[in-house]
Amino acid sequence: MEALYIILTAFCIALSCGTLGSFLILRKMAMVGDAISHSVLPGIVIAFLISGSRNNIPMLIGAAVVGVLTTVLIELLHKKARLQEDASIGVTFTWLFAIGVILISAFTGQVDLDQECVLYGEIAYVPLDLIITESGISLGPRALWISGGMALLVLVFVRVGYKALVITTFNPDYAKALGISTLIWHFIFMGLVSLTTVISFESVGAILVVALLIAPPAAAYLLTGQLKKMLFYTSIISLLISVGGYALATWLNGSIAGAMATVAGILFAGAYAIYTLKLKGRGKPSLSKSSS
Amino acid sequence: MRWVVKFESLKMEINTPALEVHNLTASYNRKPVLWDIDFQLPQGQLIGIVGPNGSGKTTLLKSIMGLMEPDSGYVNLFGKKLDDVRERVSYVPQRESVDWDFPASVFEVVQMGRYRKSNLFRRMSTVDREITTRSLEKVNMLEYARRQISQLSGGQQQRVFIARSLAQQADIYLMDEPFVGVDAATEESILALLTEMKEQGKTVVIVHHDLQTAYEYFDWIVLLNTRLVAAGPKDEVFTSDLLQEAYGGRLTVLSRIGDLIAKKDFPLRESAFKEKEGRGDG
Repeated sequence: MEALYIILTAFCIALSCGTLGSFLILRKMAMVGDAISHSVLPGIVIAFLISGSRNNIPMLIGAAVVGVLTTVLIELLHKKARLQEDASIGVTFTWLFAIGVILISAFTGQVDLDQECVLYGEIAYVPLDLIITESGISLGPRALWISGGMALLVLVFVRVGYKALVITTFNPDYAKALGISTLIWHFIFMGLVSLTTVISFESVGAILVVALLIAPPAAAYLLTGQLKKMLFYTSIISLLISVGGYALATWLNGSIAGAMATVAGILFAGAYAIYTLKLKGRGKPSLSKSSS
Repeated sequence: MRWVVKFESLKMEINTPALEVHNLTASYNRKPVLWDIDFQLPQGQLIGIVGPNGSGKTTLLKSIMGLMEPDSGYVNLFGKKLDDVRERVSYVPQRESVDWDFPASVFEVVQMGRYRKSNLFRRMSTVDREITTRSLEKVNMLEYARRQISQLSGGQQQRVFIARSLAQQADIYLMDEPFVGVDAATEESILALLTEMKEQGKTVVIVHHDLQTAYEYFDWIVLLNTRLVAAGPKDEVFTSDLLQEAYGGRLTVLSRIGDLIAKKDFPLRESAFKEKEGRGDG
């Protein structure tokens, strides 16, 4: 049962991350997840200073707010200051992270508070934190419920907003010309990315989240030229990562998150191998600029 | 009956300019790219926006489409603000402005021409799909409908963009360099299509960098070099004085073009385009 809880939680998180990650990659913002993982620190500290407790909920809210702020700042630097996207990401998250460090050293002194206590979760602990009703019936792990809800939200969002997401990603100027607000869609999307990232951090840890945001969609991108198939392959790969990663961790008796990230890397290598074989079969590279 | 009504309303507004630009100034990083541009364009014409590199042609188009906030001035389309006539305006961005490795098929991209704010959350209707198919037909790309866009040549990509624009069924089309990276045969067929659209009463505005073909292709010409040099019927605009004002001292080219116009004789551009193709694909 514990294994099932862990695998299911990992799958829900992988599914949310991979689905959003597909669009992150296509928007050339793959490193945003990494940026958010650092930049949420001041949000956590401020939430702690305001609420005065190490309760998870205010800290999650603080982290999510700063996560969105990160994407706003990145966008602002990119659009208004005409800084390259990657440079904007680099400037923004290091700056926010530094503020968090200063806040910790200046104000929280004696309290044991750092990113780890909220963010660097350990997926092996998922089955320990159960929701138990007053009558004593266990409803399963809290993390599973949260990540399951998150996955549902993400899937509904992508299903409902599919056309808008596609057109604002592929050709934002054209979308604007049609009267579709690229800005609103960008911030809804990025808001969801930061929420997913922060919630996932809590249960599975930072490195695994970044791996799950990028590796599955990157592998799927190599396997197909259709976005719907890419999203489908991403979910299959997410499933393989959760199951395979758990199996690997059990076999090695090692870190589950580490094993899952490793499996993600192996699957990506596999996808790349398939991609190269396909290219050889076709005899013509399709990702390089085709000539007329 | 509906057609009669439509015809009457068309007649009533036929004198409204398709596009009015008033005192438009726009800049990048505080450096003006467009300075006090002011002109009107009639409906039902094939119009070229011509000027040297960096003369603000693309910026003008982006300002018209509201993709750039101008420093001053305003733009009217059919006598109204863009937001009130969006359905009647279609924009074709530069081909290079998108990532052609995006996982989408030709049909999916062309179908975007049917996207509206109002139908974003709905499925595409049969009518939408029919219009998409017909638009693909018009640019001879129907057989490529299911193909992945990364597998297209430059000319095919351009035709996909034009088909997407056609699918909007607008009244004015603003196209940014639709002839770049296109082979001579495709250029020919695109031009024929644009002429056909004009004959149906559509207004087609094209940003074009090739002075040699501009005179041949367009009825009206807007000559631009940060400031407006001239805007009017091509014979009024294509004088050596105005051309020199727009292009500065590059007289050798200009006098050659002047001679060509005088002789009404245009050479085949085959070799020039081959060259461009080579560069575009590199």
